[in-house]
Amino acid sequence: MKSNYEKFRSVCSILEEHAFDKSKLIPILQATQEEYKYLPQEILAFISSALNISPAKVYGVATFYSHFSLTPKGKHIIRICDGTACHVKKSSTIIDALKKKLNLNGSETTTKDMLFTLETVACLGACGLAPAIVIDGKVYGQMTASKAVALIDNIC
Amino acid sequence: MEKYLIINGVKIFFENEKNILEIIQKAKIELPTFCYHSELSTYGSCRLCMVEVEGTGIIPACSTPATSGMVVSTNTEKIISMRKIIVELLLANHDRECTTCQKSQSCKLQTLARRLGIENVRFKNVVHKTDRDLSTYALVREQDKCILCGDCVRFCDEVQSIGALGFVNRGSKSVVCPNFGKDLELSECVYCGQCSRVCPTGAIIPRSEVKDVWKALSNKNKKVVVAIAPAVRAAIGEVFGLAKENGTEAAGKIVTALKMMGFYKVFDVSFTADMTIVEEANEFLERIKENNNLPLFTSCCPAWVKFVEQYYPEFIKSLSTCRSPQGMYGSIAKRIMPKILGVNKEDLVVVSIMPCTAKKYEARRKELANNGEIDIDYVITTQELAMMIEEAGLRFQDLDAYAFDMPLGFKTGAGIIFGNSGGVTEAVLRNVASGMTDGQDESEQFSFVRGEDGRREAKINLSGRELKIAIIYGLKNARQVLRELKAEKRKYDFIEVMACPGGCVGGAGQPIYNDLSTRKNRAKVLYENDKTLELHKPQDNPYVQKLYNDYLGNAPGSTKAHEYLHTHYKYRKRYKESVVISDNSSNGGVDIKVCFGNHCMKKGSKEILKHIVDYVGNKNYKDKVNISASICLEKCFSAPNVKVSNTTISKASDKSVEEAIDKEIK
Repeated sequence: MKSNYEKFRSVCSILEEHAFDKSKLIPILQATQEEYKYLPQEILAFISSALNISPAKVYGVATFYSHFSLTPKGKHIIRICDGTACHVKKSSTIIDALKKKLNLNGSETTTKDMLFTLETVACLGACGLAPAIVIDGKVYGQMTASKAVALIDNIC
Repeated sequence: MEKYLIINGVKIFFENEKNILEIIQKAKIELPTFCYHSELSTYGSCRLCMVEVEGTGIIPACSTPATSGMVVSTNTEKIISMRKIIVELLLANHDRECTTCQKSQSCKLQTLARRLGIENVRFKNVVHKTDRDLSTYALVREQDKCILCGDCVRFCDEVQSIGALGFVNRGSKSVVCPNFGKDLELSECVYCGQCSRVCPTGAIIPRSEVKDVWKALSNKNKKVVVAIAPAVRAAIGEVFGLAKENGTEAAGKIVTALKMMGFYKVFDVSFTADMTIVEEANEFLERIKENNNLPLFTSCCPAWVKFVEQYYPEFIKSLSTCRSPQGMYGSIAKRIMPKILGVNKEDLVVVSIMPCTAKKYEARRKELANNGEIDIDYVITTQELAMMIEEAGLRFQDLDAYAFDMPLGFKTGAGIIFGNSGGVTEAVLRNVASGMTDGQDESEQFSFVRGEDGRREAKINLSGRELKIAIIYGLKNARQVLRELKAEKRKYDFIEVMACPGGCVGGAGQPIYNDLSTRKNRAKVLYENDKTLELHKPQDNPYVQKLYNDYLGNAPGSTKAHEYLHTHYKYRKRYKESVVISDNSSNGGVDIKVCFGNHCMKKGSKEILKHIVDYVGNKNYKDKVNISASICLEKCFSAPNVKVSNTTISKASDKSVEEAIDKEIK
């Protein structure tokens, strides 16, 4: 795990690499999110100050794209595809099973122990594998509720 | 060859109009629109200005340039039904408590629903009730009434260059709000309130203080004194259908109305505007003599003052230290008036009526307070004055005119034209250059500073020295000028800035206006009012002279005058956030804040932070310090800055920071 100092220093370097160019806001936010795994508010404020853009604008961009997260994410990130093909193949039962397994209520996406984040995505582009899920960047196809739960058990 | 459109079968010629919408307006047809403002960029989001073009189909008129020969229909059956659906969908998402909404009757959504003959909304009303944002004295935000036209967002960004409001989220979750979804108070808003003027609904409105004023009026133990700003008289008549307004008469009717409501004394802010000029002109001449802190910036506009404090602290010293006319009125009313009127200060309630929402904020500025007590108890806008007149059931148009109370009711024309962009400059010139006015029409001598542009320049010769003057409205224009000053591309001696387009006559507290001609008419009213007055030069106001003689040390710039009529400014931090690098505050560690504002970053804050982290590591201080990156420490001229505990180290070096840390830890 990188220290706060290292992460902050990286953000400074990211800004320098992009020559403090406000038109590079999105790549800057992307690179920053790589460091923190999400976009902390104080870092957004810092970026807005450094690039001379109003914080409302930076916040607008950060909330517009679903790629950006403003809340901390868990250690393991599970993405369930709920695109048309996966939806037809009952991805929603997998979502329900995983939410139950991870004790996530309502709109919660991250477990209290910060171990898992569960996200639904519109389409992974792996429709041939429907229903598909991605855990920490690895794609698993033709999922069922029990298979998905088993994958989580393996991590734990 | 002449270019033309066929609009609903009628040939309309056009020249350089930006889009079809403007040509249609030329044909005297008012197309419905929420998001089109000629002063802002074209956004094309509301889709209400849809027209049918033969051979093309249905297109938005605001974002389509015209081609000669186009055949346009503005009101076909298809378009009518589309418009209705759009408005119905907006209404379905709208908090439709029209009867209790302050914007009722000037609400565009309400007007359009009526104009389009919408009798029922076919969709279920879905409103996510959110709390009203009451964090500021100037404005109230009510998200449930927002229709996402983006007018406020664009005005704040494009005209004022502030961007306090922005779109957040997307799709059905979209909202307009300040940074990080916080309250307005925590944003960079300067409270000009123009967002509330362009808002078609009641989603942003000036915060009303009418209730408090009624309460004060009904208290038998209180004497409520009130003063009206110059621009108020130029616009109040619009509400009551007085077409050609006469400034003196309108002011007279206001006096009558206020007396009928129970105000004890009715004064004129134009009096303190005269005073502001006398004081400010004196300051200007002194600065010229000493060649110090030039250019002099006017300080009457509180939005502009906050703008400088927030974005250009290096120019704070340029701001005139004179209080605004409202500030001077407050000071005189609370400190001198009790003696003149023979009233106890505690029994006096001071109210001002302003064309402005930022004045509500200004009245509560700590810098204007006297021993922690604010001078002005309530600030109401022209809109609120109209509401009070209506509430009291007064037939304003039929009222007789009455005179202001003395001594704060007597003014010269200089104090009247204050409400227009260029008015302050003209008034100052009438004062400082008065020596050479013999035989000329005093109200016209300096009329060259008037105009409609947001940035104007003038030159004048003052006893052999050429003075360069800039007159600005719109904070984006002001930012541009400050940038040029900073880069030493321009040099001025005097800069007048008003945040609102056209100056105070176009203020956000005025009755809502949508067309430029209304604003121009207000400006005209003030210039004509000036003409009809006997005196035009502020220094000729005998009551101003008397007040100086009796209470203010006999002359402008005296110690007493400074005590009563001047103020000070401070850096205003834009960001409240700081980035935690290490935190041992639970063990009571020493705070080390490294400034990462833009100035400090350029001067190497990154290296300083690295050095501090290494140093505390080497010295084994790690568990004894709380290191953070701050934006910012507000000492931009002595960058880089580091704050160790309570000591700020300016022009910090590795060594000076090490010493400070050692000192604190031992």
